[in-house]
Amino acid sequence: MRAKYVMSEVFLGLWRNISMTVAMIITMAVSLTMLGAGLLLYNQVDVIEEYYQTNLEVVVYLQRDVTEEVTAQIEAELKESPYVETVKYESKEQAYERFKETFKDTPDLVKSVDAEVLPSAFRIKMVDIADAPKLQAEFQDREGVYQVTNQREILQQVFDILGGAQRLTLIVALVQGVAALMLVANTIQVAAYSRRREVAIMKLVGAPNWFVQAPFVLEAVFAGVIGAIFAFATLVAAKFLVIDGQFANLFSLMPPISMQSILLLLPILVGVSAVISAITAWITLRFNIKV
Amino acid sequence: MGRLTMRTSPVRMKSRRNPFVDVTYGAETAEYATLVLEPPDRRWASADRLRLVIQLEGVTKHYPRSNRPSVEDFNVFIDKGEFVFFIGPTGAGKSTMIKLLLREEVPDKGKITVGDTDVTRLRRWKVPAYRRSIGCVFQDFRLLPNRTAAENVAFALEVIGKPRSVARRVVPEVLELVGLGGKEHRYPHELSGGEQQRVAVARAFVNRPLLLLADEPTGNLDPDTSIEIMRLLDRISRTGTTILMVTHDSNIVNQMRRRVIEIENGQIVRDQARGVYG
Repeated sequence: MRAKYVMSEVFLGLWRNISMTVAMIITMAVSLTMLGAGLLLYNQVDVIEEYYQTNLEVVVYLQRDVTEEVTAQIEAELKESPYVETVKYESKEQAYERFKETFKDTPDLVKSVDAEVLPSAFRIKMVDIADAPKLQAEFQDREGVYQVTNQREILQQVFDILGGAQRLTLIVALVQGVAALMLVANTIQVAAYSRRREVAIMKLVGAPNWFVQAPFVLEAVFAGVIGAIFAFATLVAAKFLVIDGQFANLFSLMPPISMQSILLLLPILVGVSAVISAITAWITLRFNIKV
Repeated sequence: MGRLTMRTSPVRMKSRRNPFVDVTYGAETAEYATLVLEPPDRRWASADRLRLVIQLEGVTKHYPRSNRPSVEDFNVFIDKGEFVFFIGPTGAGKSTMIKLLLREEVPDKGKITVGDTDVTRLRRWKVPAYRRSIGCVFQDFRLLPNRTAAENVAFALEVIGKPRSVARRVVPEVLELVGLGGKEHRYPHELSGGEQQRVAVARAFVNRPLLLLADEPTGNLDPDTSIEIMRLLDRISRTGTTILMVTHDSNIVNQMRRRVIEIENGQIVRDQARGVYG
């Protein structure tokens, strides 16, 4: 009975102030979409790191005119190094095969490169890829070594881009979030004003505070939940239309963003949005409805 | 000391707390004889505390940052079932006192006790429960326009969590009591001013409060309707409900001849057992 009254007041309140309600939901949805995207990127960095962690290699390219003697020496030293797990020798021919495989889509490039040009190399699996710089320092200037590359450094650029994108989404989420919360506060004030008669009477006859405040708090929570659902829908749509659709090639470098991690966002977004909206509403009420 | 002597022969005495106050007790008239209640005297107030509904002891409230009327050292003791008029010019502090009694405001100094509740020390979360023991009627009725008379009364029960079955039983009863039988389903705009005020009285009384605060309940009503509302309040006071009424209506005060407390500039200047508007 009381619950029915509260619910009818909630929807009446949202309806009476429909333009504000819509504005509140839209800003919340945008903010939460950004928050969700930021969380996905954050998660993605982890996924990528884990994905490559096992595959990352340090490659020691040898000089083209290196002797077999020196090659054997280097191999022996590498195998002794405590940082190294396995060492695999790649001859010039193998390197060329790999090159052909990697650039099979651009036959012109393959044609223009002679098999002899590519250096032979040691492809090294590290015990811990974080030790790569140490190994690099050790072998960089050794006789017969042309260059030591650490794939992690290349990956670092990807991480930097992801990190930048993540920061951007979180900043937008924060700014939009502040706007959304201000709208919540404003909506609550308008709702409190339009219901001032009821509120005055309820306080006078001794309705408990939670009961007086419930319709307002629930209004905010309702808008927050709807906003979160819209944000979730936007993210799902983005996965299908942008990441898997139009820009699939662009994203093929990365491991795919799994549907599972997007689904996990639904409860997170709904929860965050509901709790923050409720707190905002409650604080607003403390200033508006004095006991 | 005999209460009888006080009642039969007019006694004039100076208030101990405020020597400027001339308190007149007595001056009997036959028609209200049955309604006479002893004016509380501090000497036996403590022994008789159970009968006291309102005790204001040295209550002071100032608003240093606004020119809202303040209240200065109020000492008032009101018995169960007593009918008290608060009179005085606008801005004297009458509404401030209502606010203090409703615990919308907390006094700077002094102690307010209503029933068994020490209002000055009431915790914030206990305020709603406390207010259930007080009914309120105002000049502007304060009814919900989109609810019928019965729904307006039921609202007061609803929001404090009384089950619907209680409302179904009690609301028609109390509407009948205030003389609105048959008009339960009218909306406020379909009722006259007097009838709207009856709805407000019904709402204030439906929880059988210990105390009924009436802030100029006849302020918007014509003289005849005012008298009807006063009859209603009189009937309610006979059920044992203490009534505290703020008014500017000299006619009503003079006709009712009840206890009158006059306030001026935040101070009680008169407390008379069966006084006139003066």
